[in-house]
Amino acid sequence: MISIENLAKDYNGTRVVDGVSMQIEGNSITVIVGTSGSGKSTLLRMINRLVEPSAGRVLIEGRDTREEPAHLLRRRIGYAIQGHGLFPHRTVEENIATVPRLLGWSASRISERVAELLTVFQLEPKTYARAFPHELSGGQAQRVGVARALAAEPAVLLMDEPFGALDPIIRAKAQEDLLDIQRRYGTTILLVTHDMDEAFHLGDRVGVMSGGRLLQYDTPERLLTHPADPLVARMTGLTDRAMRLLSLTTAAALAAPGSCAGPRIAASASLREALSELLWSGSEAGLVIEADGSPRGIVTVAAILAHGRPA
Amino acid sequence: MRPSPAAVWHLDPLGALLSAAGALALSCLPFVDVKANRIVPGVGHALTSVLPGQGAAACLAVLALVVPVALWVRRPWLRLAAALAGITALALALAAAATLLTPAGDRVVRIATGAGAWLTLICLALLATDAVTRLKPSPARRVLYLIVCLGVLILALASGRFDELSVMREYAVNAERFARELRAHVALAVGSLAAAVLVGLPLGIFCHRVPRVRGAILAVLNVIQTVPSIALFGILMAPLGALAAAWPLAERLGIRGIGAAPAAVALFLYSLLPIVANTVAGLARVSRPAVEAARGMGMTGAQVLLRIELPLALPVIFTGIRVVLVQNIGMVTVAALIGGGGLGTFVFQGIGQTAIDLVLLGAIPIVALAFSAAVLLDALVEVMDRTHR
Repeated sequence: MISIENLAKDYNGTRVVDGVSMQIEGNSITVIVGTSGSGKSTLLRMINRLVEPSAGRVLIEGRDTREEPAHLLRRRIGYAIQGHGLFPHRTVEENIATVPRLLGWSASRISERVAELLTVFQLEPKTYARAFPHELSGGQAQRVGVARALAAEPAVLLMDEPFGALDPIIRAKAQEDLLDIQRRYGTTILLVTHDMDEAFHLGDRVGVMSGGRLLQYDTPERLLTHPADPLVARMTGLTDRAMRLLSLTTAAALAAPGSCAGPRIAASASLREALSELLWSGSEAGLVIEADGSPRGIVTVAAILAHGRPA
Repeated sequence: MRPSPAAVWHLDPLGALLSAAGALALSCLPFVDVKANRIVPGVGHALTSVLPGQGAAACLAVLALVVPVALWVRRPWLRLAAALAGITALALALAAAATLLTPAGDRVVRIATGAGAWLTLICLALLATDAVTRLKPSPARRVLYLIVCLGVLILALASGRFDELSVMREYAVNAERFARELRAHVALAVGSLAAAVLVGLPLGIFCHRVPRVRGAILAVLNVIQTVPSIALFGILMAPLGALAAAWPLAERLGIRGIGAAPAAVALFLYSLLPIVANTVAGLARVSRPAVEAARGMGMTGAQVLLRIELPLALPVIFTGIRVVLVQNIGMVTVAALIGGGGLGTFVFQGIGQTAIDLVLLGAIPIVALAFSAAVLLDALVEVMDRTHR
């Protein structure tokens, strides 16, 4: 768990982060979303002390981050950035091994870990371990960047616009991968983005920042249904907030017992996708199908519409 | 594939130019100059008039065979082989001519390579260089070729076959001094480069880290670069002379107004700008996200510099080192004027005595040194650039 207490940063008399306090749950994904200049990146960089706070403090598992030298703190915290920042003169293998080497892991432990991460990130070790970054596609390089950040098994992973440079299809895939990774390793992830859809899709909790202040920090549902600030309401999207709300729930959650002749809808599909499918096929109800092919129940247009209204 | 009739008329432009120039030089300019002694102007002789019929015919036949290869053959290996055969034939003809024209036991008459032979040799060397370029050899191969070339050259000269040629006669007289001045030349060029790297690299890193001082430091180094070398040697004489006068220990260490000290200092000052400027440029091209990621993952400042920034900047820094080394090898020549030693000593002595052979004894090795340094460092830069992309 990370506690941020009254954190502030001044640059030449300008306050770029202004008294931010928040509790970040362990084993979850927290997303900070805001426009450029909102102070979100500075906030993130104060956690691993790439930026030293002007006021306030950060506690990780109850320990003040200033208790140890900054570079030792950073070796315990994963860090992934936009444009991956891979070292161009080092192979994929050497890039991933960066922090384990700094920590003095044994060669056998390092190569085991590298092979494991490459496999998890769907990069065949035989093909990619010895490749140089310039030989990778954008999506592959980004995956190596995240693998590198996770190499030393950090409990906390900080990500600064990690998917910002990817095209939409690869980006969606990278987001799914990240959710898998979080479930697999139980890492506490704090991610910064300017993309509200990404924030809602990934975040267990989402913080909205503007002008250096944390406007609201809540679950995606609560941000949509109970915006604490007109600016939050505007940023989360006044016009399509009902659809956004639907995209936060899966068809499985709304499945009712029964059977029908309507279209088949994957249990993992969001209600937004389910509604779209039902509208397209002109059906009133669809059959929810589990990943293994077994029927889960039915979902109706009426039930979905009812769910799209704030409670 | 059989060449079509049209392809036969498609001449290689460089081959055509070099063939024409070589043939013209060999037929219109003297092959060797016979001089009564080392300082009087010589009398030119054509190849056919100095060698017995068979020898001249053999040499001309080989050279005549090079021409069609240069004009029509595309395969680089064949072109290289032809050029090397031509160089060998020409060199052997020169050696034979020198031996034939020197009266037995005579140590005064000089047989010098004539303008025609020089120009033909240069044409053949260009043909060989062009062929090597077309082979696109890897950096390691280029260095190998250089070593083989130098090895063959040294073996040929050591064989005694060329001893009667005037430059070699000049060498025989000065053999001991030649070795000493060659060492002095290399020591001055490499030593001032090493000092410049030792000072310039930290200075470049400092300029990169503190942008405010960058402009001022580079401006000062730029001004130094514009001072002509002979003027800089002169400017340095006064302070170094004063230093030696005030501090006897300095004089005992060799720091004097004239000699190697002002030469080394001047070369060092000239070397700074390329080293500092290339260090700054090299560090500036290092990817920002890579440095940011390195810091974010917990590298210390020194680790970021040594493991990320410097390795990535190294190809550019070495390009600067290459410039400096080649530039130094040339400029050390001028250092002879203030008693700095080096191969320039022969050049200026030769000019003073109007002994052109002595000038060549200094100048040819300087060109060979600069050329070798350029090939070696180019190869090094290419290897680094390939792995440090």
